[in-house]
Amino acid sequence: MTSAFLTVYLREIRIARRLGGSGSMGVVFFLTLVTITPFAVGPDPNLLARIGPAMLWISALLASLLGLDRLFQADAEDGSLDQFHLSHTPLELAVLAKCAAHWTTAGLPLALASPLFGLMLQQDGAALFGVVASLLAGTPALTLIGAIGAAATVTLRRGGLLMALLVLPLAIPVLIFGVSAANAAAGGTVPFLTPFSILCAISLVALALCPFAAAAALRQI
Amino acid sequence: MTSSHRPHVDLHSALRLRVEGLCVERGESRVIENLGFVLAGGETLKVTGPNGAGKSTLLRALAGLLPRGAGLVALEGAGEEDVAQQTHYLAHADGLKAQLTVAENLAFWADYLSAEGPAPNFPARDVSVAAALANVGLAHVAGAPVAILSAGQKRRVALARLMVAFRPLWLLDEPLTGLDSASREKFALAMRDHCALGGMIVAATHEPLGFDETRELRLGKKLKVAAS
Repeated sequence: MTSAFLTVYLREIRIARRLGGSGSMGVVFFLTLVTITPFAVGPDPNLLARIGPAMLWISALLASLLGLDRLFQADAEDGSLDQFHLSHTPLELAVLAKCAAHWTTAGLPLALASPLFGLMLQQDGAALFGVVASLLAGTPALTLIGAIGAAATVTLRRGGLLMALLVLPLAIPVLIFGVSAANAAAGGTVPFLTPFSILCAISLVALALCPFAAAAALRQI
Repeated sequence: MTSSHRPHVDLHSALRLRVEGLCVERGESRVIENLGFVLAGGETLKVTGPNGAGKSTLLRALAGLLPRGAGLVALEGAGEEDVAQQTHYLAHADGLKAQLTVAENLAFWADYLSAEGPAPNFPARDVSVAAALANVGLAHVAGAPVAILSAGQKRRVALARLMVAFRPLWLLDEPLTGLDSASREKFALAMRDHCALGGMIVAATHEPLGFDETRELRLGKKLKVAAS
């Protein structure tokens, strides 16, 4: 079981590396969104410092949707998905491995790049820590929730937009507690651990439920 | 593909694919209605019929990739109830990733399809990736990315997948598409070898498979079973 998970995980990582795309593309998109924020709201340092964590989280949320629509689509088109159905290994495990690989190549780089981009939004050390920690804890949930949308829209040619419409409402709790954790770290009335624990709990619940939901959707095609 | 180095196990009597009263619907129309046949170990069933007669639908339904409306598909004597896990399914979409090399693609499916080991009743008969590639005459492109292969070569890599993880039932949808005559002969040998080991093949094709010992299932507008 573990070996099947690792097999799929390593294959996906290898494909992502050869593609040389989606991971770095997400980070560049993230950077673009962060860069245009001061142009929209004005270069007031106090304002940027206050809305910075929220902007970073919104940007990361949108960037994490990039490439997610292809999570199962490529496999459906080339017949790999049929083979996954025929294996001893449960489809849920393959879904989980694909999500883990997608997070490694797309979600993790966002979290790691966020302190750099946070500097552009006038964030201090504590706030940067809050953003990185909350993104590390929250992006797995974004990937896993996105996997449900990706699985539900796998047969649609232009499923990306529909997937975003399906996924974004489900991602609202992650956004709420992610931003409040980041704000709390920057100095607020709530202790950092309160929203952060809830954020971790959301990720764990997503980890437990989403692979089953996505696999169930994939079985319907 | 030669069987000389592998233990010959007589599974002819042990294995049986039983299909009874199979109905499959696609959309609103019933493509396959009340179809039944029994295939014993070592036998090959050739499914023929005009385009749209339901050949691919039948294979996908047998593999469990399409929901069966009614009826029974059971692989008896394989030690496991689930047909899907005892089945190799080969269709137009070959499950190969263009970015990975030929050997990486095959190694992945070898690992993944036999991750839980062979079924209890079968001795391990998996062929190594290198040997499978040699069998289809592609040893020299093992390190090349699949993207640069021709259509026929990709098909041969897909055929090699059937060999790297042993499964008793092969469901082949137009397996000979794009193959040159030398490759067809090699694949005919591989199929004969698979049957000699007690495996079963259900192949949907318009072309001769390259060996005679086949039964035929003719799908038409009115479905009939014609067994020789």
